Amino acid sequence: MTTTTRHRVPAGTPGATAPAPSASGPRARRAAKRRQLTACGVLMTPFFALLVTVFLIPVGTAVHLSFYSDDQPGLGFGPERTVFVGLRSYAAVLTDPTFLSGLGTVALYCLIYIPLMVVGALALALLLDSGVVRLRAFAQLGLFLPHAVPGIIAALIWLYLYTPGISPVIELFAEADITIDFLGIHTVIPSIVNIALWSNLGYNMVVFYAALQAVPREVIEASVVDGAGPVRTALQVKTPLVRASVVMVAIFTLIWALQLFTEPMLLSQSSPMISARFSPSMYIYDAAFTRNNYSLAAAASVVLLVCTIALSYGVTRFTSRADVSQEAR
Amino acid sequence: MSAIDSSLLRPRLLGRATVNAVVAISVLYTLLPVLWLVLAASKNRDALFGSDLLSLSDFSFLRNLEDLFAMDGGLYGRWYANSLLYAVLGAALGALVSVACGYAFDKYRFRHKEKLFGLVLAAVMVPQTVLALPLYLMASETGLVNTFWAVFIPVLFNPFGVYLGRVFSRGYVPDEVLEAARVDGAGELTTYVRVALRMLGPGLVTVFLFQLTAIWNNFFLPMVMLSDQDLYPVSLGLYQWNSSASVSPEYYPVVIMGSLLAVLPLILAFTLLQRFWRSGLTAGAVK
Repeated sequence: MTTTTRHRVPAGTPGATAPAPSASGPRARRAAKRRQLTACGVLMTPFFALLVTVFLIPVGTAVHLSFYSDDQPGLGFGPERTVFVGLRSYAAVLTDPTFLSGLGTVALYCLIYIPLMVVGALALALLLDSGVVRLRAFAQLGLFLPHAVPGIIAALIWLYLYTPGISPVIELFAEADITIDFLGIHTVIPSIVNIALWSNLGYNMVVFYAALQAVPREVIEASVVDGAGPVRTALQVKTPLVRASVVMVAIFTLIWALQLFTEPMLLSQSSPMISARFSPSMYIYDAAFTRNNYSLAAAASVVLLVCTIALSYGVTRFTSRADVSQEAR
Repeated sequence: MSAIDSSLLRPRLLGRATVNAVVAISVLYTLLPVLWLVLAASKNRDALFGSDLLSLSDFSFLRNLEDLFAMDGGLYGRWYANSLLYAVLGAALGALVSVACGYAFDKYRFRHKEKLFGLVLAAVMVPQTVLALPLYLMASETGLVNTFWAVFIPVLFNPFGVYLGRVFSRGYVPDEVLEAARVDGAGELTTYVRVALRMLGPGLVTVFLFQLTAIWNNFFLPMVMLSDQDLYPVSLGLYQWNSSASVSPEYYPVVIMGSLLAVLPLILAFTLLQRFWRSGLTAGAVK
């Protein structure tokens, strides 16, 4: 067995694709099939073991917890009683103004962040793909660099750049007689958007750029021959051809944006504008580990999960319908 | 062609300048904060607040470096080692597990395969914050809470790696090669380890890098699971030091220096493995 695997069949040899010798009857074929399924099982088992333990069981637990509540008589020393409370935790979460304002905050954050990110990254990729940019490799590396900066450190850097006394940015504004408070009530969400944008712009640009590189050159040449300028070629020829990546980036950006946690958590150390329940994820953390109200935290988790799935599904449906209408046109 | 060029020369030159200006401003936007971090890391505390950033008069880079590793009994070195362990080991193991599964999804046929794959894709969508509380409860039931394993095991799970593994396997490992190995009488798993895995190399490196970045970035899970400072990764440690900085400002220079050092491993990884992830990213993005 070991000696034969080293033997390489040259690619393109007609014999390479031929089925196994006819000497192997249906029984041998069945045995081969069984061997393949065993191998498939062996290759998949580690991943699915993880999927069950760190994904399925936790999701199940979260749903279960949200319907039950722990009654711990005698300061938690008494026997623990778990009581079915039905939708009570959901009612509590959905009528809690701090949770609703967290949802509102994230909605606003998404509305500013996602369009800026997708349009910005795509625009940069198109500019780099246009062939007129000097030092293209350097520009790409420079744009990509923040991706190597961990989220918490990106938040730290920007926190310092938002802090009066340390920040050269604020000093610069001050010299022009502009006082700006980056962590004020109206600026705190744009400030967080800026951190996320800074971190991920270059990465998504590289994804779009890779997709643009795969656009056949003939298509672009044809559009140039037809008299389309570089701007029209970029917007009406190249952009529709990288739709799939645009949708992928939009969905991933959305999923990450809905989990908003790291940046506000760090900024909350310095800004009174960010409460402990600023975003739904912070609400979950606060409910579970500060207030020890597990059923409330679980219900909030399930609400966040349902929102994430519904919105991702919505984006997929919306774009696929747009696809159909595009083709019909 | 040249006739068209000369008639359009003026607007095109203008356009060219605009395009380059936009790209240059974007590059400054991404680079300057990192440059600030480098400059700020060489300032002592007094210079950090106040005097201008570019003066070299109070250069104390080495002094800050010394302070960083001496602070709180050398905790930072400990955190750094922890982060490396979580990230490198976790990403290597996680990438192997995910790519093996993705390969199996691509090369083998069985009932309900697409439904199972749908489950894997659904897992990509589930926010980490949703899983954190149940994971914490499970870990405390099994006595794993506040141990290495409480952080290490969950980070191995990478459903997006399975998706990429399937895409790469379709692109890099021709079915003919497997058929040939079968004709030769090679075992399925032997073929995977000796033939397919080698062809999947760039894909494996891509998944490894994705996961390395994710684990190095990981903040929420350690925050939930760990209370022992000796087990912290760099991200959580710096978060804690930063919260102390508002009370005791001697933490500011070490937090900045610590942040600078924490950026290095990923830059190093991306630079060294550039050849692989570039091709890997393309394969992942196109399909």
